[in-house]
Order: sequence, then structure tokens, then C-alpha cells
Amino acid sequence: MSKFQFPQSIASRPVYGTLAPRPGKAHLMMADAEGAEALLDLAAQAGARDSGLMAKAHILYLPRQTGEAFVDRLRALNPAQFYVGPSFDAALPRLRRVLSDAHMGLQVYLAGTEGLIGRAAAELAAAGIPVGSVQTEHRGSVARRMQCVHCKGITEDVITDPFVCAHCGLNLFVRDHYSRRLAAFQGVCIDAEDPGNVPEPVELYR
Amino acid sequence: MSAAPQKAKAGAEKIDVVVSAVVPINELVTRFEFQRPDGAPFPPFSAGAHTVVEMKDKGRTRLNPYSLMSDPADAGTYAISVRRDDQGRGGSLYLHRHVKPGDRLTITYPVNLFPVDLRGRKHVFLAGGIGITPFLAMIAQLETLGARWELHYSVRNEALGTYADQLTARHPGKVHVYYDDRKQAIPLGDLLDGQPLGTHVYVCGPKGMIDWVHRTAADHGWPDAHVHSEEFLAPQPGKPFEVRLCKSDMTILVGENESLLEAMERCGVEAPFLCRGGACGQCETDVVEHDGTFIHRDHWLEEDQQASGTKIMPCVSRFVGKALVLDR
Repeated sequence: MSKFQFPQSIASRPVYGTLAPRPGKAHLMMADAEGAEALLDLAAQAGARDSGLMAKAHILYLPRQTGEAFVDRLRALNPAQFYVGPSFDAALPRLRRVLSDAHMGLQVYLAGTEGLIGRAAAELAAAGIPVGSVQTEHRGSVARRMQCVHCKGITEDVITDPFVCAHCGLNLFVRDHYSRRLAAFQGVCIDAEDPGNVPEPVELYR
Repeated sequence: MSAAPQKAKAGAEKIDVVVSAVVPINELVTRFEFQRPDGAPFPPFSAGAHTVVEMKDKGRTRLNPYSLMSDPADAGTYAISVRRDDQGRGGSLYLHRHVKPGDRLTITYPVNLFPVDLRGRKHVFLAGGIGITPFLAMIAQLETLGARWELHYSVRNEALGTYADQLTARHPGKVHVYYDDRKQAIPLGDLLDGQPLGTHVYVCGPKGMIDWVHRTAADHGWPDAHVHSEEFLAPQPGKPFEVRLCKSDMTILVGENESLLEAMERCGVEAPFLCRGGACGQCETDVVEHDGTFIHRDHWLEEDQQASGTKIMPCVSRFVGKALVLDR
């Protein structure tokens, strides 16, 4: 099962919903890995009452470690446009181009990991669509995109707490404090006062 | 803390003003301009703000909210435009009949419940009749900022097109006027489609128009956060009813032509308020006990709150029944 219920936390921590079809002139759907399941569920929900949803949909999909598992099923939904790419950065020029051509009436659906949802939401906000106006659904890995507050380097797919910054090598504590602008959680040095005294890393939410 | 209105106070801070000009615009609408008696600058305001004008009408205090229509960059003058409502409760009639240049009045600090969302890439204003007033200030503010905007303005006929001529002359190409008597209507669906991403739409006018815009925008895939509206309700008359105010330890009678809020004020109870039109939420009051039916008319309480019978907005809502006890 790719769904995970995040425990309640501080206000800064993003919360996610469940995708539902909404009226729109065009539909932009972006997902990574198991996020594909959320799009398949969305299409099934729409199927009964809005067969036009997929005819106006543009899907950007990043399979990541799921490989080919969902690609054919997504293609079978017959979206108007279907893009499969290796990474968010690879898909970014396409996303920006889509947004630069888009008009009001565009509905956006984001599904998958927090890193994908956060980075796409930041792009959308920069294009004029505020966070609250975009539907999101978390699926798959609970790994996080982390920013080291000391060196500002971003470490993707952090799954343990604490972890080692991929840029400066400090031992970082995983906080729920989140930046929507950076689409990253804060990582703060855990052994600053007592260098070397680092707790055993634990997998997030285990 | 700033000079912004504080929660415990009844209404926003007050400002004494002198009426510096009374300018009839057409058969129904007159502009009133205010300055401070000492010539000092007014507090700055953001476009979309309103002020509550206090009128002493033969022993009765009338408090009516009006949108500030003057340029927010002009701190010397505040201006409101008032449509005479012959069937109304008398506030607009009082202003039209009795207020002359040189008169002293008291108004409140501006309160903005209808601000421009400056994150917007473009702003589309939809006005119906006297609903044009907040947009006059918004247009002035956005012109100063160099932001993109357009106005679609629906009026009954040319004679009642308040400021339509000035707006069209000053901003040709951005202002579109639609005349009811020529069977013209705002082409809302076409307007909503094709707007650039990040456009916000603002509507001020009759309730039917506001509902129409919200509904149509949702159907066209616009997020709620991009659709802004303001409608001040005037309290409606109704059958007199008695209210027990338990904190103030008194029982008051709300007359046929006054609101519950006005009745409390008449009896010397300090009740909080800001907009007096069912929009801001400031006057929300807890119900201790009731035996009867509420007539909720506000835009503030959620439907389930209204149905629960535990809260009332005394500025516009009434009660019919045997007994009502409020925590005030």
C-alpha cells in the first residue's frame, strides 16, 4: 500500500489530501513513482461522471525506482499529452513551458513523494497559482528533501534521522520545519555542542 | 501594536472630519469628501477598505459602512460615494438631504475586508452599479504600481453610470461598460476563459451578481482563492423581539427598524463591531439560551454554525420566538 498517514505536527509541515476531479479547462497532472496510483484512482473517480478529464489532461510522470510498473497503465488512460522523464530536473523545462502557456481554468494535481509535490508546488506558486489552489496527494516513500541550514546544500531522499549532509558532512537532525520556497525541510546539526555524540540513525516514521 | 482596531473595542478608532465637498454625480449618487479639521493627513489605507460613517439623526445614531473610493496615495482627503436608497433605513437619505460642506462628522479608521491580492499577475474587476466604489481606489492603487487590470462595469443606463465617463476617458481599452437598457451584459464566461495564469477576479455588486461570479468561476476551473467579493448587507427590519444580555445584566427590546447591534448600543452596551454588514465577524456573539428561531443573514458564520443556534451576528441577524439570552 502506497498511502501513509503522517502524524500531526507543527503548522509549517505540509499536509496532503486526496485527489478529486474538479471542473477545469485543462488538467495538469504531475506524479512520481507510486504517485501514479493516485492518478489512476483519480481517473477512475472521474470515469463515471467526467469522461472528458483525461482528454484535457497533460501527465508528467517520473517513474524513478518503480521503472515500468505504472507507465503502461498511465498511458492507457489516454491523456492528451503524456511525458515520462528520469527526474524532476529533467521535467522542469517542460513544466515551466506548460505553465508559461497556461491560462486560468487550469487544474493542477500533484501526487507522489514530498520532494516532487513541494518542488512542483513552488514552481506553480512562482507562476501565480498559490499553494492552497493545488490538489496534492502523498504516495510512496516518506523520504524527504532536506536543506542543511549550515551550508544550504540540498540532500534529496533522506530516509533516516539523523543523516549526514551530502554537501558539508555535518550530522543533521531532521526537522518538520518546512520551506515552501525551497520545497525542503530543515536539517540542523545535531552534535554541535558535543561533536561526535550522534544518536544511531533511525528510519523516518519507524 | 499598531493603531489597527483592537478586539475588545466597539468598532475601529474614530476620526473627526469636516465635509470638504458634496458633489452630486447623478440622480442617485453623491460623492462626499472629508478632510481633518486641522488639515492633518489621514491614516493611510489600502484600496478596498471601508469606513463607518457616524450620523446623528434626531437623537438616533446611524452607523453605515461605505467603501473609500479616493486614491489611497492621497492622504489629505477621504471620499465616499453614496447611492440614495429611498426604500432603505435612512442612512443614505440622511447623507443626501442633510450633510453639507463644512459639517462635522465622525468616521472610523479604514478597515479592509476586500483587499487587492498583490500576488496576482492581473486583476479583473467586475462592478454592478454602486459596487464601482472600491474599484475606483483599487484602480488608482494599481495604476501607481503599474499592475495589469481591467474593469467590466454593469450599469442600468447611461444617466446612472456612476463615474463611467471619467473611467472610460482616463483608461480607454481597460474599462468596459455594459448598459442594461441596451440589453448588454458582462460576458462572464468568455472573460474568465483565457485569462493568464495568476489572474484574480473581484466582484462588488448585488448579491445575485456575486453568486453568479462565484458559481461561474468555479465551473470554469478557477480556484476560490482567486475570486474575491464584497457585499455589505443592510440590516432588514423585522418583528420586535426581546433579548436578555446576561453579562450586562439587562433585558432590551429590539425595535422593528433597528438591528440587534443598534439596540444594544442604544442601551449603552459596548458591543464589538467593524463592518456592520455581516462580513467581518467582529460582532459574533454566543447564544446562552434560546426558544425560537434565528433569522441568520450574515456571510460570516458557517451553515452548521448558523444551524446550531449557538452564535448570532447582531449587526444583521434577528430572532423570532419566546426567549433569547446572549453572552454579552
